[in-house]
Amino acid sequence: MSATLKPYLNAIRATLQATMCLQNFDSQVVERHNKPEVEVKSSKELLLTPVMISRNEREKVLIEGSVNSLRISIAVKQADEIEKILCHKFMRFMMMRAENFVVLRRKPVEGYDISFLITNFHTEQMYKHKLVDFIIHFMEEIDKEISEMKLAVNSRARLSAEEFLKRF
Amino acid sequence: MATEKHDFGIASITCHSFSADRNQVALSQNDNEVKIFKKQGMKFQETGTLTEHGQRVTGIDWAPKSNRIVTCGADRNAYVWTVQGGKWEPLLVILRINRAATSVKWSPQENKFAVGSGARIISICYFEDQNNWWVSKHIKKPIRSTVTCLDWHPNNVLIAAGSTDFKARIFSTYIKDIDEKPSSTVWGSKMNFQSLMAEFSNGAGGWVHAVSFSPSGDKLAWVGHDSSISIADAANGNRLSVVKGNFLPFVDITFVTENSVIAVGYDCCPKLFSLKAGELSFVHDLDIPDEKEQMTKSAMMRFKDLDRKATTDDTNVDLKTQHQNTITQVSIYSGDKSKCSKFSTTGVDGNLIIWDLKGLESSMASLKIV
Repeated sequence: MSATLKPYLNAIRATLQATMCLQNFDSQVVERHNKPEVEVKSSKELLLTPVMISRNEREKVLIEGSVNSLRISIAVKQADEIEKILCHKFMRFMMMRAENFVVLRRKPVEGYDISFLITNFHTEQMYKHKLVDFIIHFMEEIDKEISEMKLAVNSRARLSAEEFLKRF
Repeated sequence: MATEKHDFGIASITCHSFSADRNQVALSQNDNEVKIFKKQGMKFQETGTLTEHGQRVTGIDWAPKSNRIVTCGADRNAYVWTVQGGKWEPLLVILRINRAATSVKWSPQENKFAVGSGARIISICYFEDQNNWWVSKHIKKPIRSTVTCLDWHPNNVLIAAGSTDFKARIFSTYIKDIDEKPSSTVWGSKMNFQSLMAEFSNGAGGWVHAVSFSPSGDKLAWVGHDSSISIADAANGNRLSVVKGNFLPFVDITFVTENSVIAVGYDCCPKLFSLKAGELSFVHDLDIPDEKEQMTKSAMMRFKDLDRKATTDDTNVDLKTQHQNTITQVSIYSGDKSKCSKFSTTGVDGNLIIWDLKGLESSMASLKIV
């Protein structure tokens, strides 16, 4: 793990632990409804100040908290065009299957690659500390995954180019 | 072990209340039912279910003297349950609120109760004989957001309320028809219905999760989402004492003596705070984990794990505390607020734990309850 990744992830972990203090909270605007306040933003006293943690201009995380839900949006490192395409395709693949990931949001927040929406119902069903571990683990793995895919794409491109150029 | 731990399954326990003899407990497992359990031997056996609410039950209070249960729910209703012929019979309360009810508390004399709600209203309910139902009067001003918690002053008239507009307030609930004229208290002497006796904020922002009056009624403690715990002392000119630590926010608080409080919350561990010479300070964690030796895995276990879970990592997910998730409520189990000897907590992990405070005090040298 590189020198700047560790403190970056530690800062995210600490922020998540503090933000994941959620409670069941019925809407005070709509009768008999129960909505994630971070999404509907109907009463501003129920929202916490959003926190942005960034490692550099491209890699950053936005954590928005509220009384019964929290939203974490991640911008993944994209150094060149291939990484950009790979990241886009990979995130699209996961977000199309969002219901299987339980805490994944179907659309990322503007300016970010992927968003998670964690509500009080998730923290009731699952261990809070394990949810935090999951997000951190996801962030560790995603960079690795994309660089592996980039290597695979490059080596495949090299092979096919070789095969193609044999004809001439 | 002095601490009793009862497991009620995986569903979280949103609220609980014991009967006067502590043999029965009413609790809600995060759904629209209230279940009554009776203690048989060392275990709790289910004896009845109260099904009238249409949505999640948010508050239960069991009146010790009159043996009535009041429940409130997210369906905007409250019911008073009484035993008739061995069965619990509901009686609807006319709350006149149009948002979810959040908490309910009997007054000390049990002739009225208060219901807090998301409609920014506290309903003070009392029984009207001629119509044979419970009616309510509203406290509206100056509450700006959902009322999250309530606690009665021992004089049966004043009530403390915390809300998500970051304030803790004290109101008078004097109702001419049923109350005797109250004598003046340290919080003030003019006690018309709905008059605001005091309003507190600890300066920072934080939804108030719980309020508690001291046994004498002279102090008010509250906890907020900014991880703070505050006590205002009216006998001392409303002197405010605030503790902010590096712990996670607290969800509930109760006085255990005139100068000590127990706070529980997202840290999964009850903590004791004491007031010394007017300053509040942290005393001790009440959940001390047994120091277990870190077992080194045998080679056999390693291969077994590799086969079964496809990993050799330590997959132990348990927290070191007794509660494995947020504690949602703390209440006095034996004794009273001025001299508590046991208290009970329930949590999101579905456990009910009864803690022996006196036993803990004698077993820990650094723990002195003042």
